[in-house]
Amino acid sequence: MNESIIRLDQIRFHYSGEERNILNELSLQIGKGDIVAILGPNGVGKTTLLHLILGWLRPEEGTIFLNERAISDYRRKEMGKLTGLVPQDEHITFEYSLLEYVLHGRYPHLRSLESPGPEDRKIAQRALERVGMGELADRPVTHLSGGEKQLVLIARSLTQDPAVILLDEPMSNLDIANKLIIINILRSLKREGVTVLFTTHEPEIAATLCDSVILMGRDKHIEQGKSGDILTGEALSRIYRVPVKIVRAEGKSFIQWY
Amino acid sequence: MDKLKKLVYLFLFLIGLIALSLFTGRYPAPGLMNPKLLQTDALALKLVVNLRMPRILTSLLLGSVLAGSGLVFQMIFSNPLVEPGFLGVSQGAAFGAAFAIIFFGSSLILIQSSAAFFAMAGLAVSYFIARRIRYGGWILRLILSGIAVSALFSAGLGLMKFAADPMSQLPEITFWLLGGLWSVTWRDFFIILPVSALSLIITFLMRWKLNILNLDDETAYSLGISPERDRILFLFTATAATAAVISVSGIVNWVGLIVPHLARRYFRSDTRYSVPAAMMMGAIFTLVCDTIARTFFSGEIPLGILTSLIGALLFLIVLTGKQVEAGR
Repeated sequence: MNESIIRLDQIRFHYSGEERNILNELSLQIGKGDIVAILGPNGVGKTTLLHLILGWLRPEEGTIFLNERAISDYRRKEMGKLTGLVPQDEHITFEYSLLEYVLHGRYPHLRSLESPGPEDRKIAQRALERVGMGELADRPVTHLSGGEKQLVLIARSLTQDPAVILLDEPMSNLDIANKLIIINILRSLKREGVTVLFTTHEPEIAATLCDSVILMGRDKHIEQGKSGDILTGEALSRIYRVPVKIVRAEGKSFIQWY
Repeated sequence: MDKLKKLVYLFLFLIGLIALSLFTGRYPAPGLMNPKLLQTDALALKLVVNLRMPRILTSLLLGSVLAGSGLVFQMIFSNPLVEPGFLGVSQGAAFGAAFAIIFFGSSLILIQSSAAFFAMAGLAVSYFIARRIRYGGWILRLILSGIAVSALFSAGLGLMKFAADPMSQLPEITFWLLGGLWSVTWRDFFIILPVSALSLIITFLMRWKLNILNLDDETAYSLGISPERDRILFLFTATAATAAVISVSGIVNWVGLIVPHLARRYFRSDTRYSVPAAMMMGAIFTLVCDTIARTFFSGEIPLGILTSLIGALLFLIVLTGKQVEAGR
């Protein structure tokens, strides 16, 4: 693993009003420039983990470090330049053009009271082109399908240009062609030195794409390691509690679960 | 058309209307006054300078504050159905005015102060109750507590009306609730000017940020904003100005709800353009309504009735009309 950019030290967290701990004494590290997938059953705390790293949720115990500095010590705008979030879905009430919407990603780079200029528009336009929606820049964002919306949210994060991108099931609504677009974007982000952390329910994608994988089980047991070492049929069977087999063919892993 | 150009046209239209309105009224006869009259008729000059000018300027402040604050509220609550008075502010002002009419007589300054005081109290109580509600997200909590506080004030208002002297106090309360600018003087204008102007300037300068505050909380946070802190700053700024203007005008409905819709329809949602558009359209709308109110009939029609009537009709026409293409 590369030198770590994110480090979680003995994190404990539970939502107020709920008895159970979502995370218990969780420690892990993410290497700089790595692509890392988080896998685990629904409701196990994958999104919670992303929100903790973002600073949006605060752990009850333990510290989260970004570049070896506690994230609570960062100013808000500094954090905005360093970490971006691509939510799984987003509630959009008002009509914006795609370009205007994606431009919101420039916020941490602007001075206070400043609004985005021509250079920012170029960056946003390029981000839209990267997700294959460059020609739709003028379309209203309220008229998008679920998959298109996901692409736009990713474009906004590219516009934000952070050092770490956190993506919450970025491919859940996408067809295979668009999944491939995202996979290629994540790969090129890695080449640019950006650290990528995403949650997914697709072990195959994790296996082909990721430097390391985090497996979260319901028993709060967390495993982290190289995808080849960790993504075994045995481990997946254990965390999902259904029999899973991994079949290798043509140098790729396929999982069989039904 | 370029949005910036559209804003400039809107501004020129507003200036034209102000000039027109200055010479419109019922002196010397209903309709337009010849500007030359100002040089010969001392009464005409007095009328224009001491009555029409403060009244027109106040209507501009009223309209731009209500519409601008309405847009701020709708963006922050991500809800196109909220208006600037809904956090207990309008009902608080109404209660405050009725309270003053009954207990302090009909001193205008006391009615205005009491309306402004209870309007701000409405916001403060809504805010503190929202913080104590253990249910739902921050926005839902504010909306719920705003509804409850408004209901409490309107119950109080009902009680005031019930207790009021039906010959003298009740009509005065009713009149205040219908809204109007007939009593406005330079003094009123200068009292509300600082708060209103400050709020308009702050909102205008910070307007692009409203786009970010409209996003889901965690997304806004991830872009480097503190959503709750900034939302409270905007809410307070918008509400303080709303309380100030309605303390003078009484309850003027629909401007804060409808004009932001019109602004978004013609300028799209990006607050860089929709905020100044809403402010100017609000000013135009209130100015037109108030000019009609004081010109068409010898007994003045309360402004609130006209804004509701014209606003609702305009709303229906625009929303059922053909799709307007929003330029870039």
